[in-house]
Amino acid sequence: MTDEQTQVSDEYAESITRTEELAYELRIHEVMTKNVRCLPPDIQMEDALNIFQKERFSGAPVISDGNLVGLISIEDLIRALRDGNLNARVQEYMTTKLVFVHEYDPVIEALKTFSRTNFGRLPVLDKQENLVGIITKGDISNGLLTALQREYHAEELIRYRASHLFEDIVSHRTSLILRYEIRKGDFIGGGNASSNIKRALLRLGASPLIARRCGIAVYEAEMNLIIHTDHGGTLRVEIEPHKITMEAYDDGPGIEDVEQAMKPGYSTATNEIREMGFGAGMGLVNIKRCVDEMRLISSKDRGTNLYMIMYLDYKDKNPNTIN
Amino acid sequence: MKLTEIINLIDGELLTHEDAYKKEITGAMGADLMSDVLASIKPEAALLTGLCNPQVVRTALIADIRAIIFVRGKNPDQETIKIADEENIPLITTKLGMFEACGVLHQAGLHNYETTPNNDCA
Repeated sequence: MTDEQTQVSDEYAESITRTEELAYELRIHEVMTKNVRCLPPDIQMEDALNIFQKERFSGAPVISDGNLVGLISIEDLIRALRDGNLNARVQEYMTTKLVFVHEYDPVIEALKTFSRTNFGRLPVLDKQENLVGIITKGDISNGLLTALQREYHAEELIRYRASHLFEDIVSHRTSLILRYEIRKGDFIGGGNASSNIKRALLRLGASPLIARRCGIAVYEAEMNLIIHTDHGGTLRVEIEPHKITMEAYDDGPGIEDVEQAMKPGYSTATNEIREMGFGAGMGLVNIKRCVDEMRLISSKDRGTNLYMIMYLDYKDKNPNTIN
Repeated sequence: MKLTEIINLIDGELLTHEDAYKKEITGAMGADLMSDVLASIKPEAALLTGLCNPQVVRTALIADIRAIIFVRGKNPDQETIKIADEENIPLITTKLGMFEACGVLHQAGLHNYETTPNNDCA
């Protein structure tokens, strides 16, 4: 029941904005390199080159008497090589114009500083202005990716398990049935069942669009049960690989004139209910607009049955009908 | 437009947790009837409303609304704020009326995210 392309692009879009948000939420100390190797200012550039090569890094802080006096990087080494001057001291080639960031600054501060200064790495200081680490753009990418991964892992796992449900279980016809009892007049809990249905559909791999349309339809139906029934009713959702059947049924009082009830703007709701934002006479109209098939059966004696059906294969093969 | 800009423009106050300030909003719709919202709001919109109950947040969840702005200085109860926090839907309150709040935001570049009722609900 997946629409692969929609899903991938939506998740991709979602993760972009989340990455941006993370750049504000994550602190520099969470992504920086700690325990950095420092160099003294008076060793030769050649020694620095050997250390860089052996320990595989591309820049280091230069410390003299416990104080940070500069940064030495691969670029400085290249300049020394070009000058044929590998015997020079580190202090002659190191960068002394230093731009710092603080460990509790958000990562976005480091990103801004990178784009403003063109530096490849920034020393990170604590509150007492002691050097506690180094941050590079690579550290930031890694940190963001790890954080994203951590965050999505839980939900992904649920989604993965759920979306494989239909593949893992072999039968002639597999379906998953969700049932919710809806109480009359429960305006506080109203919509809870629909939110859960929408979430379940997403976890089962439905495209966000299908989940939204089913959500809207079933939410209107849920509110109808809360507003118009004698004793509440039941929402029943049957999910199959090719279709979703949503059903709302109750035991009364039934709809007197079904045709009239389907007209936009027709409503029997009280003013009290209208004040709560419902009863505009658009519920059934909305439902009809959102699902592929809708049937409303009602009689004074037996209450009301509302069927709402969404065909999945059909939607996926005809992207035009979705827009 | 970032949510924080919206809050500045309408002199609003964020009622839910703070990491929402950076949320990007490109369009909005104003309505008090939830069925109208469900019928005609585009996904990712901000909703301006005078209605102030948990149903607004449920509606937002179902209709993929990115933020809710309560006009005329309305304040939702704790239950509503709690649900919104759990579901990551920022709530903002402004003293401006519906007409003025919509006008200010539209003029500042927020697009109309209300579709005509004859359209499909997506």
